Amino acid sequence: MAIKVITDTCIGCKACVRSCPANAISMDEKLAVIDLNLCTYCGSCVSACKFAAIVIEIDKQAQGDLADYHGIWVFGEQNDGELAGVVPELIGEGRKLADKRGCELSVVVLGENLAQLGEELAKYPVDKVYLYDHHELARFRPEPYTRVLAQLVRKHKPEVVLAGATTTGRSFLAKVATELYTGLTADCTGLEIAEDGLLLQTRPAFGGNIMATIQCPYTRPQMSTVRHKVMQSAEKSETATAEIINVPADDSLMKSKIDIKDFIADLESKVNIVDADVIVSGGRGLGAAENFAYLKELADLLDGAVGASRAAVDSGMMPYPHQVGQTGKTVCPKLYIACGISGAVQHLAGMQSSDCIIAINKDPNAPIFSVADFGFVGDAVEVVKEIIKQVKAGRNIGG
Amino acid sequence: MKIVVCIKQVPGTTNVRIDPETNTLVRQGVESQINPFDLYALEEAVRVKERMIAAGVDTTVTVISMGPPQVEEALRETITLGADDAALLCDRGFAGSDTWATSYALAAGIKKVGADLVFCGMQAIDGDTAQTGPGITCHADYSLATYVSKVEEIDEKRARVWRLLEEGYEVIEIALPALFTVVKEINEPRTPSLRGKMKAKSAKIPIWTVEAMGLDLEKCGLKGSPTQVVKVFSPEHRAGGAIHEGEAHELAAKALEVIRERCTC
Repeated sequence: MAIKVITDTCIGCKACVRSCPANAISMDEKLAVIDLNLCTYCGSCVSACKFAAIVIEIDKQAQGDLADYHGIWVFGEQNDGELAGVVPELIGEGRKLADKRGCELSVVVLGENLAQLGEELAKYPVDKVYLYDHHELARFRPEPYTRVLAQLVRKHKPEVVLAGATTTGRSFLAKVATELYTGLTADCTGLEIAEDGLLLQTRPAFGGNIMATIQCPYTRPQMSTVRHKVMQSAEKSETATAEIINVPADDSLMKSKIDIKDFIADLESKVNIVDADVIVSGGRGLGAAENFAYLKELADLLDGAVGASRAAVDSGMMPYPHQVGQTGKTVCPKLYIACGISGAVQHLAGMQSSDCIIAINKDPNAPIFSVADFGFVGDAVEVVKEIIKQVKAGRNIGG
Repeated sequence: MKIVVCIKQVPGTTNVRIDPETNTLVRQGVESQINPFDLYALEEAVRVKERMIAAGVDTTVTVISMGPPQVEEALRETITLGADDAALLCDRGFAGSDTWATSYALAAGIKKVGADLVFCGMQAIDGDTAQTGPGITCHADYSLATYVSKVEEIDEKRARVWRLLEEGYEVIEIALPALFTVVKEINEPRTPSLRGKMKAKSAKIPIWTVEAMGLDLEKCGLKGSPTQVVKVFSPEHRAGGAIHEGEAHELAAKALEVIRERCTC
């Protein structure tokens, strides 16, 4: 394992020096020199060098025969027989990858009483639906879910496994990948597969300010969790075409040290903000907590959810599950309406990949306007009240 | 009871951009900080310690981190915030670790302490992966509860905790030893105490190397990492659009046009 500068190619432009987060690179006689005591092999300099003069070499062999692995798998996350919103998107993306590779696409579902869901999934453009039905899998618990998926992967050897970057997906895919000693890339927003089957997984880092492309060259399967609302959903057809395979369940995999006691639905916010197509979000610029009622009213009219900035949450105007941003949730709805939010970088990190952003703020210099597709300079509460009034008026006229 | 908190030192801001001209990272104010979520993890560990001591159970909080020598500063800071001691996993062999190799190393540190309970932040704000905590529970065979928003009850054998999920809160009972990753809602971290500051000054922070922990070098750092970063680049720049001014009803009418193009109302 080594990082080195190809001295014939290096022109001494110092781009690598500036790129290095560890300050590990200096110039010596117009050549880059890397201090190996500081380098973290992050690869920033390799990307920064326009002359391909820095290389990281890893002396590593593929684990087993990678060609033994075939097919793309999608984890069909479900709750009480209802498919997670991200699953049709995973199928859409998985189909593309499978077609490019000329291999099968399968959905793997863990849960209880899955027959009906299996029928529904078979209408999607997938080749196989694996159902692993056991009462101990009715609700997600990390240990049995990990053991079951790891065992299925060991047996069927898929080359790629995709799951949603949901709380469930993120909780146990990392365990599965650790068990299998293979790579997992979190919260991907772009996937591409090369001719040789290498999956290029692109994901945001540093709150979306940097994109990184990651690969898993030596082990299989290549595993990714995928961000919700980024990939295009597959369409269901009228008839079920996929083969449904009921996998015999193994009782010995079901042990768990966790008992699920209760579930308390978040009454304040019936709509999960990550799943919402429209988010009406408020910041401290709304002035008073009561003003969130107008946002809620508008969100209801638009069949959306209410979000909040960190400032609004920290000052007690809204509960934490609504917080959008670095220490809250990352969302990418079709429409994000930011009301009285100034737009600190931490907030932008959580919403700047929304399809369309509307910002309403008194301050014409608020940073939120730099990412908004449509900016409105005015009092957010007054404008929202007016929008509500006009929506209602339109309904009365239109019947 | 022995509690371990895993922390990560991250850049003081995520406001890093790639200069499109030079394709290099532009970093402003690159002071480092403790990953914000890890401060909630530390605070909760200290609160659990206080509860256990009140119940007559001797309890300690040890903070560990993997990283370069300068992370010692961050570890010292955790002592001002209530940690009893800290250790740094630091070795050239750890350089270039992805989440697999990081969780392998941290798990060894946790086993070395002999922790009954481990707290991590739900994710780090630089990598945003949320994978290291769950990964540790495979290497060290701990029960796992992610996105913990409340430790309702706890004793030496088990805990009752709330998990913040997409649609609400799940209440579970979990056997120890266990690892919890926590969300921001769980508490409000305290400020450094004078006593803590005094203690931090003189605290000895041991360095744990690959060899000292008896780790397999083949599973550490870049070599032990299944994933590799191929390239880093700048996301498509989002340019701000038109900015409208006027009376509230005019703005509302214009905004509604935009809204109606995108949803029915």
